[in-house]
Amino acid sequence: MSCADCGNIAKEAREIVAEVGSEPEKVIPLLQEIQNRHGYLSQELVEAVAEEIKLPVSRLYGVATFYSQFRFEPIGKNLIKVCKGTACHVAGAEKVYSIISEKLGIEEGETTDDQLFTLESVACLGCCSLAPVVMINDSIYGKLNPAKMGKILKEYADGK
Amino acid sequence: MGNRVIVGMGSCGIAAGAKAVYDQLEKADLGAELCMTSCVGMCYAEPIVEVENEAGRIMYGYVDSKFAEVLIQSVKSGSELPAENRIKEDEEGKKYLDRQVKIALKNCGVIDPESIDEYIAEGGYEGIKKCISSMKPEEVIEAVKESGLRGRGGAGFTTGVKWSFLAGAKNNPKYLVCNADEGDPGAFMDRAVLEGDPHAVIEGMLTAAYATGASFGYVYCRAEYPLAIKRLEKAIVDAKAKNLLGDNILGSDFSFNLKVKEGAGAFVCGEETALMASIEGRRGMPALRPPFPAEAGINAKPTNINNVETYANVPFIMREGPAAFNKYRYEKSIGTKVFALAGKIKRVGLVEVPMGLTLREVIEEIGGGSSTGRPLKAVQMGGPAGGCIPESLFDTPIDYDAINATGAIMGSGGMVVMDDQTCMVDVARYFLNFTQKESCGKCTFCRIGTKRMLEILTRITEGKGVESDISLLEELAGHVSKTSLCGLGQLAPNPVLTTLKYFRDEYEAHIKDKKCPAGVCKPLITFKINPDKCVGCTACAKACPTKCISGERKEVHVIDQEKCVKCGICRDTCKFDAIDID
Repeated sequence: MSCADCGNIAKEAREIVAEVGSEPEKVIPLLQEIQNRHGYLSQELVEAVAEEIKLPVSRLYGVATFYSQFRFEPIGKNLIKVCKGTACHVAGAEKVYSIISEKLGIEEGETTDDQLFTLESVACLGCCSLAPVVMINDSIYGKLNPAKMGKILKEYADGK
Repeated sequence: MGNRVIVGMGSCGIAAGAKAVYDQLEKADLGAELCMTSCVGMCYAEPIVEVENEAGRIMYGYVDSKFAEVLIQSVKSGSELPAENRIKEDEEGKKYLDRQVKIALKNCGVIDPESIDEYIAEGGYEGIKKCISSMKPEEVIEAVKESGLRGRGGAGFTTGVKWSFLAGAKNNPKYLVCNADEGDPGAFMDRAVLEGDPHAVIEGMLTAAYATGASFGYVYCRAEYPLAIKRLEKAIVDAKAKNLLGDNILGSDFSFNLKVKEGAGAFVCGEETALMASIEGRRGMPALRPPFPAEAGINAKPTNINNVETYANVPFIMREGPAAFNKYRYEKSIGTKVFALAGKIKRVGLVEVPMGLTLREVIEEIGGGSSTGRPLKAVQMGGPAGGCIPESLFDTPIDYDAINATGAIMGSGGMVVMDDQTCMVDVARYFLNFTQKESCGKCTFCRIGTKRMLEILTRITEGKGVESDISLLEELAGHVSKTSLCGLGQLAPNPVLTTLKYFRDEYEAHIKDKKCPAGVCKPLITFKINPDKCVGCTACAKACPTKCISGERKEVHVIDQEKCVKCGICRDTCKFDAIDID
């Protein structure tokens, strides 16, 4: 990494702290802001923010690794969240998950080699009336079955 | 008043296509005001559009682009509105709505949640005005006690008593928290209230603040509910602008400030001490009580925590008086309870019913019974901390004590209905997998005991269970619940214990006969084509992802068991019901 990058990272850390605040109770919102901007928590930026708010880096990582919202790897172009809530589970979420995992060759938390898809599962999206449900980026797809899911994946792979 | 067209835009409505309908109506130059509201609770009929004219409001369901066009034409031309899809007037709608009593959900799906004026027009903020102008804080607490309201988050502690603890605390400042970390999978009551009537929650908190002397509040909302957060934040800004929040509310010396805190995905943060740790920016791990939050909560200051639905009931109680609320009662349960009906049920949605209705009345009359035509087997209540109540006990009334007696809990209101194609061992494994992942790791038995229980359940569903597994599960369950600090661990064994109690035969079938009676557990089932029913249409062969189905057109097909991954796509595809699970 060049020093220009270091300077940029420190500048961005200052921006984030100025926007969110520097009190210890702001640790979670700070991490959320980093993730909002980059899709994941980059080590450099977490370290720079810790420096900025004068807390040990371990304190930020302690919090970040506790909560399931935070990611430590960049995500692909399309983020697939398979709902595994109870209603979705009894309606066949596992089948839907399997077909995605099989077609893309990735498991939970992984990203395809072409950086097109990241696969995650979530506890409940609260759209139980449409179970089973999958969210891709900001769109929710409901009443799925493996065949329907396959078609949707293909649309995204073809560049939707 | 001009005509209005109102689109139901809760998260699930949007997911079902309401946004597309809204856009279509917006482009159409309706000649009527286009508005939005939130979830009306009739999720089964979404997307929903309501048309309001001099004659009243007519609610239309199942609105696709074609039907939206029909509506557009009739609104534009002023001709007679279509007679079909009137979901409140049809037989289904009547059955769904007749037994319901809406208190917490009174405004949901009725008003525009982003308009404070519409909330005020429905009597909003009258309760708090009454408190400030004519009641002492003690009188407010007395009124809430008299109403009999109990915490709707699951435990059912009497709300007025809880408030009196905070009122009696000596330390200052005092904090209020609204627990909107609705983590139970299969539950969406709080989301619907926050999205549909955020001001009711704010008014409930204001009332609590006035009664207890709290000056600062947080709504701790899970990050998975972006729309709820957005609407709540707008509501806070609007209430401040009207001097209903902030300093010297309505010219009095009562001040209360409110902020939204976004959760970051940890189920254990529904537990109050963990929630407060999370608000303080720490790992959300539960702490030993005492001290209770009312003595030392956020920043070691006195704190009171209630959930969304509890607060949402308060404005009604203050406005209409305690008697209007406690006239709905069954034994020691008072008022109404909101439930999210989901699973294999015909009318999925959000319902609010008076205490004392039976589960059967809710599931069969309101919910319309099985959606699959197959017999219902159980209802899961209370999420991962709750249990499965078998069909034979569906006559149990909705009452904290009666539900506890079955081994389940009232919980926050998730009701997931299961039919005979749901495997109860798999359901127990599902919940244990959830609690195991969400255990914070502080208590050894919760951390490791749930892991061992999950391993046992997993091997049973894989056909590798041994006869001693059932007693081992029961023994571990006892240890986990006795030695865990918080509710997550204490109640984690419930799904296992209730399924063992009511569905032991299913466990035994998995262990002794190596069969899954419901046809769910993959290692224990095989897919077979029924030669009497197969017509050789080739649909299954085309759909099969592993290409393990072969056969000539118009001849009986065969599945190659070696290559079959048991995904079930063939069964979903077959139009002749020719694929059996053995």
